[in-house]
Amino acid sequence: MEPKPRLLTLLDIVTVLMLIIATAMVFFYAPMEAVMGNVQRVFYFHVAAGWVGMLGFLVAAVAGVIYLITSGQKWDRVGLAAVEIGMVFALINVVTGSIWARPIWNTWWTWDPRLTTATIMLLIYAAYLLLRQGLDDPDRRARFGAVYAIVGFLSVPLTFFSARLFRTIHPVVVGTNQPGATGAFDMTPIMLQTFLFSLLTFTFIFIDLLWHRVRLGKLADQVEQMKLKATI
Amino acid sequence: MLMSMILQDGPAQTTNYMIMGYAVIFGLMLIYVASLYLRQRNLKQDLELMEELKD
Repeated sequence: MEPKPRLLTLLDIVTVLMLIIATAMVFFYAPMEAVMGNVQRVFYFHVAAGWVGMLGFLVAAVAGVIYLITSGQKWDRVGLAAVEIGMVFALINVVTGSIWARPIWNTWWTWDPRLTTATIMLLIYAAYLLLRQGLDDPDRRARFGAVYAIVGFLSVPLTFFSARLFRTIHPVVVGTNQPGATGAFDMTPIMLQTFLFSLLTFTFIFIDLLWHRVRLGKLADQVEQMKLKATI
Repeated sequence: MLMSMILQDGPAQTTNYMIMGYAVIFGLMLIYVASLYLRQRNLKQDLELMEELKD
């Protein structure tokens, strides 16, 4: 296995420091929201996790396009890594949203357009990971993964715009809330700073994890090839 | 629910939900990082074994 690049070690350190600062900002710098109380603080990492989820699926779709053009195995590794990380953060987004909804909407779950499209998006990418495991031929698996990541990406803008296009109770951060949106609030400048820093921090977490996961994928391919050679 | 929060004095008591939310966020991130570490360790062991077999 290739030695760990120094830049990756530096990125690890910077990312952990940023996460510590972002967490401190959420708990000690941002003010408590006047109506919802402390549960509103979930919003900062909830939205940031949703952003990373969607970013992961976008990167997978772009990697899919590049793979179909170049047939480079590394793009398949990038696509798989991005989907896996995107799944983790999309799951964090959905679960934390449900926790926030309990005191604000008085229910853990409702089949609102935003929640429904987010769940469909998660299931689409869960199927991507499951179906990939069923294919043994690396080239077929990579081709399938690339096409699936491109087609599956259609669920991402649908999820993003669902709170703006359909009648929903889910509040939006950017744009105008629907009349029925429940739990919306006006951000103070300090809240906005905390929110933007959280978004930046989670972007760094994504890049850091993606780099680690791609390296892991390369190692897995190396082991798979050695096993194949050993059986021939 | 939100209406009763608006009508009450001061913010709603929702600290428990905040703690639950952040426990999920850090819990899932830790599980994922641990899974990356464990998979890497297992693959390194496999690679070493394969190299030993090759020799």
